[in-house]
Parts: sequence; C-alpha cells; structure tokens
Amino acid sequence: MKDISKSINKVDNDEKISGSAKYIADFVMDGMLYAMTKRSTISKGEIVKIDYPQLPDGYYIINHKDVQGKNVIKVIFEDWPVFTDKKISYLYEPIMLVIGPDKNILTQLLDSIQITYKEETPLFDWTDSVIDYHFDKGKGNRIFDQADKVIEHTYHTGYQEQAYIEPQGFIGYPEGDKTTLIGSIQCPYYVKNAVKQAIGEKDENVRVIQSTVGGAFGGKEEYPSLIGCQLAVAVKKIKKPIKLIFEREEDMSVTTKRHPSKTVFKAAIKDRKIIGLKAHVSIDAGATIGLSGVVLSRALLAVSGAYTVDHLDVSGNVFRTNTVPNGAFRGFGAPQMFFAVDMFVEHVAKELNQDPLEFRKKMLVKQGDRTSTNGLFRDPVLMPEMIEKAIKESNYLKKIEDYSKKGNYKGIGMSLFYHGCGFTGSGEKDVIKAKVKLKKDKNKKVYILVAAVDMGQGVKTTFRKLISHMLDIDIKDVIYHNPDTDFVPDSGPTVASRTMMIVGGLLARAAKEMKKRWNEEEFIVMKEYEQPDYIEYDEKHFIGDAYPAYSWGVNIVEVEVDPVTYQVDLKKAWSVYDAGKAIDERVVLGQADGGLAQGLGYGYLEVMNHKNGKIMQKNMTDYIIPTAMDLCDMDTFLFDNPYAYGPYGAKGVGELTLIGGAPAIAKAIENAIGKNVFKIPVTPEYIMELINHD
Amino acid sequence: MTEIKFTLNGKKQILNTDPNRRLLDVIREDFQLTGPKEGCGEGECGACAVLLNGQIVNSCSVPLANVDGQDIVTIEGFSSTKQYHVIKEAFAKAGGVQCGFCTPGMIIATQSLLSENPHPDDYEIKIGLSGNLCRCTGYNLIIKAVKTASKDGDGLW
Ligand code: FES
Ligand code: FES
Repeated sequence: MKDISKSINKVDNDEKISGSAKYIADFVMDGMLYAMTKRSTISKGEIVKIDYPQLPDGYYIINHKDVQGKNVIKVIFEDWPVFTDKKISYLYEPIMLVIGPDKNILTQLLDSIQITYKEETPLFDWTDSVIDYHFDKGKGNRIFDQADKVIEHTYHTGYQEQAYIEPQGFIGYPEGDKTTLIGSIQCPYYVKNAVKQAIGEKDENVRVIQSTVGGAFGGKEEYPSLIGCQLAVAVKKIKKPIKLIFEREEDMSVTTKRHPSKTVFKAAIKDRKIIGLKAHVSIDAGATIGLSGVVLSRALLAVSGAYTVDHLDVSGNVFRTNTVPNGAFRGFGAPQMFFAVDMFVEHVAKELNQDPLEFRKKMLVKQGDRTSTNGLFRDPVLMPEMIEKAIKESNYLKKIEDYSKKGNYKGIGMSLFYHGCGFTGSGEKDVIKAKVKLKKDKNKKVYILVAAVDMGQGVKTTFRKLISHMLDIDIKDVIYHNPDTDFVPDSGPTVASRTMMIVGGLLARAAKEMKKRWNEEEFIVMKEYEQPDYIEYDEKHFIGDAYPAYSWGVNIVEVEVDPVTYQVDLKKAWSVYDAGKAIDERVVLGQADGGLAQGLGYGYLEVMNHKNGKIMQKNMTDYIIPTAMDLCDMDTFLFDNPYAYGPYGAKGVGELTLIGGAPAIAKAIENAIGKNVFKIPVTPEYIMELINHD
Repeated sequence: MTEIKFTLNGKKQILNTDPNRRLLDVIREDFQLTGPKEGCGEGECGACAVLLNGQIVNSCSVPLANVDGQDIVTIEGFSSTKQYHVIKEAFAKAGGVQCGFCTPGMIIATQSLLSENPHPDDYEIKIGLSGNLCRCTGYNLIIKAVKTASKDGDGLW
C-alpha cells in the first residue's frame, strides 16, 4: 500500500492560482445592498440620545430593537450583545447597521448620526476578575516547605492580531422563510446556532454556507457569529440580499485578538533541581468574556511545558477591561504559557549554574508521566530523538558555545513544546458531539459531508485523499464541497487542531464501514464521536486527561542582532515535529512554515497595544507581520508516531507549529545579547532597555 | 466624469467615469474580474496586484486617471500565457498556496520579477516578493516556487 504521507498537488490549486476561487467579497447578488456599522466613540458609558438623519428611500437602520430573539451572541460565555441597547463597554462597540445601495451615501449617513453619551471612567487595569481557576498537583504549594531556594520571575506577552489577508465578511439573503448567510468563517454551525438564537428562528429557517476563506487562524472562529447575527437580523427585516465586508482598518480595530498575558512563576529548588512550581496567569479578556475561560484553561494546563514537575500550584484569572474583546487565535492560550514556562526553566537553569539544555532534557516528559492534571502521557514521547535531530541539523552545540562568548551579537535558541489535540476536557463528548456522514451514490461517487472548512490548511485535499486511500478509489471520485448547513451534519468547529484527528478520525471509521458495504448501490454512513474510554476529565477541579493525545515539537532559531540599531535578523530555523502521521507531507510542511512564521512574528515583530482602549495599530502599515524579507530559511523534519485513534495515526498539527516560535527566538536573542528576556515581542526598544540596564 | 482609455487584458476599453476611482474597484466592479483582491486597501499587502505595462502595481493605490493610455493585465488575462502555466505548476509543486488570498498577487509579483530578472537568487526573490504579504505560508515554499519557475521556464523570460 502507498504511504499516505506522500504529497499530492492540492485539489484547489487551480482555482486559487488563477484567481477564480470565490471569496466572500467576490459574490454579487441582484439588488444587493451594503451594510456599514455605526460604532461607539467612547470606551465606557451609556447612550443617552441618538439623533438620526432623514433616511433616503431604500436606506435602513437596524439596531437592538430589531433583534427578535435573544440579544446575545451564542458562544461559550454569553455576554456579547448583537447590538448594544445602551451600555457601552468598549471603543467601537457596534450600535447599529446602516444599510442601502450606495456605499458613499452610507458613509455620509454614518457621519450624520449623532449619538450623545454619558461617559464613565473606563477600566484598563486588570482588577475586575471574572474567572478564577486554581488546581494543584502533588503537594501543591506545600512543596515550597522543602525548598532550599525559591526562584521567581514574571513574563509578559502582548496582543497578537490574526491578520488574515482577507478581512471578515458575509452576504445574507432571504430564501423564502429562510435566512441564509454566506461567509468567511471557520465554524458554520457556530454561526448557525448563534443566528437561530438571535433571530428567534427554527432550525430549518437558518442556513449558513462557507465561502472560500482567505485565512482565519482563530480570527474567524467566534467573531463571525457577531456580524453574522447582525446581518441576519437585517436580512430578516429588510428581505433583500445584504453584503457586509470589513475594511482592513475596521477589521483591525474591532475584531478579537490574542489575549495579552502576565505569568508569575515561582520554582521550589532543592539540590539544584526544580521540585515544584507555582504559577499564576492573568489574561485580559477585553470587554466580553466569550472564550476567555477556555483560553485560560489551555494556558494553565500547559503550566509545566514539555517537562514533568510532580508538584504544582496553578492559578489564573480572566480580567475584564473596557477594551476590544479578545478571542481565539491559533494556539489558544498555549503560546502565552509556552513562552513563559520555557523561558522560566531556562532562566532557572542559568541561575543554578547548570547547562540549560541538560537541565531541560532531564526534566522532559516521558511516556507514562503524569500531566499537570494527573492525566497520563500514554503514548510514546519522542522528544529526546527529536532534540537530537534538531541539534544535529542546526549544529546547535557548537553554535551555542561560540555565540555565548560575549560581544558577537549572534544567538541561537531552542524551544520544546507540545499541543493538546482537540477540545480541552470533555468538550468533544459533552458540547460538540461531532457527527459526520459519507455518502455513496449510484455513480460510485463518494461525498464527504462534514462542517469542517478549508481555510487554507488544506482540508479539501487531505480529507479527499484520506477517503480515496481508505476506499482505494480515485480522489476525483471523492467529493467535498464547502460546507452548507443544509447539507452537512454538525461535525463541530474547525478549531483546536481537531479537524484531521477528530473529524478525520470519524470519516475514517465511516469509510471503513463503507468499504465493507461497497456493493450496496447507494447509501449513507453516519458516525458520531465516541470518547476513547480511557479519557476522563473533571473540568471543575482540573483532574484527569484534558486531551486524548499530544503533538510535540522542537524549534531552533538562529539570529543576529544589529549592535547599533538592535534590529533582529533571522538567520535560519530548524523544526522537528511529531504530529502522529502526516496525511500529506507537503501540507504539513506548509503548516509548519506558516505556523512558525506567526510564532516568530509574535516573538519579535508584531507589536500591538492600546491607548485608552484604542488599538494603536490600525492597518498593515502599523501592524507589522513578517514579509519575505523578514523571514528565513526554515527546515522541517517530521517524526512518525501514529496515534491509535487518529486516521492513519494523525494527530493535531495546525496550532502546534505556532507555539514554539516565540520562546525559540526570545532565547536566541537572549543568547545574542547576553541578557534575559521576560517579555514578547522582543523589539529593538526592549533590547536596548535590556542592554542599558546593567 | 472623464473619458479614460486603456487596455485591459489585451482589449481596448473606454470608460466614462470618475477618474479618482481606484483601479481595483473598476477592475472588480465594472469588469467583474475578481482575481485581484482587496486585503488592505492601502498599498501594503499586494493582494490587489496587477501588471501595469508589464510591471507590478497595487491596483488599490492607483487612481483610474493614472492608467489612461496604459496597458493593464490582471491575473485573469495573465492566465492565458505560457509564463503563467510555468509559474502555476511551480506554485502547485512547491506547495506555495494555502488560503490563496495572496496567491494571484504573488503570481503577478513572480511574473514581474522574472520578466526583469529571469534568474534571481534567493535575496532577489525576497525583495521581489516583499510587497506581497502572505500570512499562511511563511513564504518559504513560495520562494521555492519562484526558483522552480525560473528554472523550469528558462528562456521564457
Ligand atoms: S489591497 Fe492593495 S495593497 Fe493591499
Ligand atoms: S496563502 Fe493565505 S495569505 Fe498567502
């Protein structure tokens, strides 16, 4: 049998290269109107009065009064209004849509709507805690009684913007009693369920279709539910097709971002070893809680990084502030924590005068070790071999020795990390309950019916390839269309590195059955998620197996820092990953490059901040993401380590590749300048501060 | 309203329209050519790139008045050329396409680069692509694609 990892050309190459693929902005419908959003100009307070201009014929205003269902977006924590009624909790909070045929007139109308506010003092400090988690492992805090030394450091991470190149957008239109939305989205059923609740409609009266998505990275996980609901409210009332597309500036100032974080670490040291850790993580939710609790969980669960520590005292808070809501972004809390923990362990080793690499290697997770929540690392852990490979390819040992000599401004750094695949805890079993269908028709064509979307990560190709391999039929006979909730079952959102492992795993089970029944002329196989029976997790107390499987990674990054300008020049990066088994090697290598690029950007380049609640970077000129000039050669090596429940052994890959970038480059810079780094992004200003602060 | 004449994908066009309109809007709205994309609207991302007299420009930053008498080729027009097929194959083979939103612009950038410098080295490729942002690929495989195209299409440029 052919090795499934062997790469094939992606099935959507032609349409994407030729420019004929249809993204949401490319759709036009007869009689289509445009929608624009009127937003608050204060960060906190109340609307006292709104003066509307005379609306020309064919123009409409849609606000909270038009919301016929519940005026709240259905996400994990429901505190996000579709349109605010009067309370303002962040700058540019949506108040109403202005709708009509001519965009120039819409802009004039937006300007002439006068809103009077009663302003209150906005809160930007992290004092309003809305979620508070705590768990222990082993002796918890009591382990510090046995310590002969305690080392403490604090780590900070900034905002990160997904910066998908295609801004957010939808088209909504009526189809009889139905309200239909086409959009640039990751999660068709998130949007559908949110819209049902907002417009108070029955299941069959809401339809959501995915258009080709121009990048998402978590940014199109929950945010589209908000604008989808707003648009659906408008479509239901106006009964015409309406298009809502964000411009870059609007997208960057109002959509969800990666949560800024602060992590305080304390290590209990005995006999020059870490015997216990105490960590506290704070994240900034912005004005709504939304997914923040789950983001915090993922951060906390990764508290000891790629290392096993027997005694842990872990706590964290989500703080609400009057700033733009933060949300999902590839990695989902893990990038914040892996930066903090991987730096901390390195810093502790240095302070104990131990070789950081040896120190870390001794602490590495091994098969059979207990996770931070006393779950089990059941599967083989290949990290020692992976580290060896990365060291050899990069010539790490020689370089770190050379670069550690003072004054050459060259540096090399290594990060070690993992990612828990799939939803945290019992999410898959209790919340998502994924369903997939495979259909065979008379012409022996097989249809993949799932809600998982291709947003660039190649699902269109890898799902079709998976099924064609399993059924031993031509990939051309396997059909996958962009998900449309009228036709596909809810296989869950396209998030959490779950798509291939969970949805692909279900498809593989369906294909197995289909193969047995192949002689039947026309039939459908349906499969529903079943939790591996060894998984048990107590979400409230953080006890048990938070994830069914883990993917692992090693990144090594080499840099040179300009001694005058402190600009960081990336020289080269080496990565080794264990993602189980690649369903298509080139697709995984593409994920590896792109994820690492985002992780590196997070670590040294991508500055985003707010001033009095206003995001200061409003476009691609201000918010710098890596260009071809910034990035370097990236060599990637994949280790097979098949996971029993993944299709052909596949585990999660999408998020893993982002997580190690920031700690690797931060350590490389640390090595180059001979100073410890405690926050990202490591900008030239920060490097200067470190160097001047002797 | 002003009369503007230009060639678009090999065909002569005369438009009576506002000369301040962005070339990108005219291409997408008046001609329904949606290959060029709007990623930023301010000349930063290159998703809207087209060839103006054979050289890359960001069509979101070009007022229509500036193209009077000029030759414009979009990805739709370029896709009927031999060079396009070489570049397309190279992008497919290298795995240079993920979400695809930057891709038409990258193809235009590749054509513009190779027509000036048929055998660019890595550094020259990076400079050639530096006006085009891609958030998915980290550029590694795109750079590889450009190298492959330059090799496979040797003599075409
Ligand atoms: S849309 Fe023209 S450069 Fe970004
Ligand atoms: S492939 Fe998505 S932006 Fe380049």
